[in-house]
Amino acid sequence: MAHEYLNDTTSPSAAATPRKLKVATVSLAGCFGCHMSFLDIDERLLPLLELVEFDRSPLTDIKHCGPCDIGLIEGGVCNAENVHVLREFRANCKVLIALGACAVNGGLPAQRNHLALADILQMVYRTGHGLAEGSSIPDDPELPLPLNQVHPVHEVVKIDYFLPGCPPSGDAIWAFLTQLIEGKAPSLGHGLLHYD
Amino acid sequence: MATAELEDILERHRRDPLRLLQILIELQARDGWLPPATLSAVATALGLPRARVESTASFYSFLHTHPAGDYRILFSDNITDRMLGNMALMQALCGKLWLEPGKVSEDGLVSVATTSCTGMCDQGPALLANGRTITRLAPERIDEMAHLIRRRVPVGDWPPEWFHVEDNIRRRDVLLDHGLAPGQALAVALDRGATSILGEIERSALRGRGGAGFGSDIKWRSCRDAWGDAHYVICNADEGEPGTFKDRVLLASYFDLVVDGMCIAGMAIGANKGFIYLRGEYRYLLDRLETRLAQRREQGLLGRNILGCGFTFDIEIHLGAGAYICGEESALIESLEGKPGKPRIRPPFPVTNGYRGQPTTVNNVETLALAALIAVRGGEWFRAIGTPASTGTKLLSVSGDVERPGIYEFPFGVTMAEVLDAAGACDTQAVTSAGAAGHCLAADEFGRRIAFEDVATGGSIMVFDASRDMFEVARNFAHFFAHESCGFCTPCRVGTAVNARLMDKLAADHGSPYDLDEMAKMHRLMQGASHCGLGNTATIAIDDIVAKFRPAFERRLHSPEYEPAFDLDAALSQARRMTGRDDPGAHLGDNLEALAEERAHARDAAKPAPSSAAESAPSKDLQP
Repeated sequence: MAHEYLNDTTSPSAAATPRKLKVATVSLAGCFGCHMSFLDIDERLLPLLELVEFDRSPLTDIKHCGPCDIGLIEGGVCNAENVHVLREFRANCKVLIALGACAVNGGLPAQRNHLALADILQMVYRTGHGLAEGSSIPDDPELPLPLNQVHPVHEVVKIDYFLPGCPPSGDAIWAFLTQLIEGKAPSLGHGLLHYD
Repeated sequence: MATAELEDILERHRRDPLRLLQILIELQARDGWLPPATLSAVATALGLPRARVESTASFYSFLHTHPAGDYRILFSDNITDRMLGNMALMQALCGKLWLEPGKVSEDGLVSVATTSCTGMCDQGPALLANGRTITRLAPERIDEMAHLIRRRVPVGDWPPEWFHVEDNIRRRDVLLDHGLAPGQALAVALDRGATSILGEIERSALRGRGGAGFGSDIKWRSCRDAWGDAHYVICNADEGEPGTFKDRVLLASYFDLVVDGMCIAGMAIGANKGFIYLRGEYRYLLDRLETRLAQRREQGLLGRNILGCGFTFDIEIHLGAGAYICGEESALIESLEGKPGKPRIRPPFPVTNGYRGQPTTVNNVETLALAALIAVRGGEWFRAIGTPASTGTKLLSVSGDVERPGIYEFPFGVTMAEVLDAAGACDTQAVTSAGAAGHCLAADEFGRRIAFEDVATGGSIMVFDASRDMFEVARNFAHFFAHESCGFCTPCRVGTAVNARLMDKLAADHGSPYDLDEMAKMHRLMQGASHCGLGNTATIAIDDIVAKFRPAFERRLHSPEYEPAFDLDAALSQARRMTGRDDPGAHLGDNLEALAEERAHARDAAKPAPSSAAESAPSKDLQP
């Protein structure tokens, strides 16, 4: 697995100063709650920054990710743009992690899977209450089209690790990342692994 | 429904909230579904919150909170029914009635769908018509059925031979050839007393026949010793494991021995009350069993002062309503208390905190019948049969690719090959040892012995010959568990659903080695993290089949690389139609090509600044 060569800090080219690992994060069809939980590692952000450097992430506002070691995906896949972003992450990240319930299972946004998308669009933009005269379904090519259903990320690209929880706690994220950075296969014991 | 009728039903159940499920089953049988107004009326009458009533009504497969048609046809969908062609018959019936499976016809007349194994594997394909079992389906029966439904002939007036259920006993041993008169075992036991009987059960080393093999004497003694206001005996007749039907035969033809066993258990643990939890699929047995219980009461073999010995013990039969999970003892007790059948957190175990929180012993039908036999013949006699760790005989339900499907009673220690030989199996490639929830044996393992110390079994032996596709067997099991998971704990609720979707992905030729790895991971996760035995065992057979019949799975792999679970471009179809867009942004290309493009792009982006590229991640194959 990729994590075995993640902490390749002793390779000849990087012998002098251990290179920092590159980490990218993104929220797709999520609520940013997992990112907020990530920030709950609090002052441990500082030692983390000794070890990693953020690429594309809401923390840096970098718009596209370059080659990275670790990618954290929050949220499921609900539209075409999500698919493009997810592919960009998969192509650039050596290890890709589904972070939180929505990325793992589709989560709350997948509640809409019980309804037909066409009916939802019709209701929201045309027949719903309080719409302006002549309202129509937006068709600007700038806008990403919604998928018929919301999917967990592993149904679109290969995912290496799943970190469940709504959201996973800051402690769980910290334990997970530090183990991964140390070159171990992350394993969260009792108390850190929650599905709900 | 008329208020008077509802009142009548409520009165008969003494407005007891613990009888909620039984009340709902009766209402369902009369009306064909449970309208919101009925649920509200029941809630008011029983003094229960409306949500409690609804949670029970919506939990069980055979209760409908939406109209399901005057005729509700449920095809048994075990793998053995599939092998006998149930899908083609269901399609034929749907075709003749102009409807889609799973939907109610527009005139509200009929719905056709599938249900989990109905326990008729030796005489399938089978179905339930408004809850009544019909066996040995064939195209002619389907034609006539469509005709009868269209003419609105009540199910009770359909040809009586359709409802005929055979015992199909193929091999008898000490249990099926017991030769005891009704009440004989009970009389001996009453004569000898509780301590002596417990001693005999201990000497017999009898172990539970449901599959787990817990020592019956330990269970009975712990229950007897537990403090409580009342003690209860429960006969677990919720025989839901796909491929088993032995309890049906015991109830149909050996009922007196089972009742004797329950009374003896009652005497041994100090109980005056017993319950038989009869699975909804065996509803057709109910009237016959009730009649026999009434006769026994008249004969002094049940009820007050049994055989004049001053021992009082009575039995009530409760019906299930289509939930496999209720075979788990604590879920069964929940169901018996009128609630959704969700397993309790254990400990405390039912022997100390069971029905109504009182000490309760839950035994399999076969275990109770054997206990009656042991009371007469003695523990030493029983112990001489079988193997030292697995004493006595075991009833095996044999179905699938055999000449003579049915019930085989063998002493423990018999090899799988001997069983297959007796049943007339040839060219066998695989056998389930304990239904969908146990190990699946391949041909090189047929020398193994049926015993708790080797191949533990609840008795479900489904046989697959070389012509069968083992992938479809595993897929059938995966869907069974996804349907039957009670939904209480996430590992099982989600895990079973993920497995079913992965199997469907493979079936749709979208599979990759990644999917097989995922199933293996799910197996490990669910075994460790599930709340009860359902989740712990749901992946055992599937994992075995993937390991032992891998080519059946590899044949379906689309590529050695990861494959998405669905057609991405097709997933934008509704949005394209609603917006009228067809620009490049309104389409999604192939995943592999898109990833290759992204990677090339990433390499190009990394090139112009070699110094920073050295610091960043190496751009060699980034795909782990």
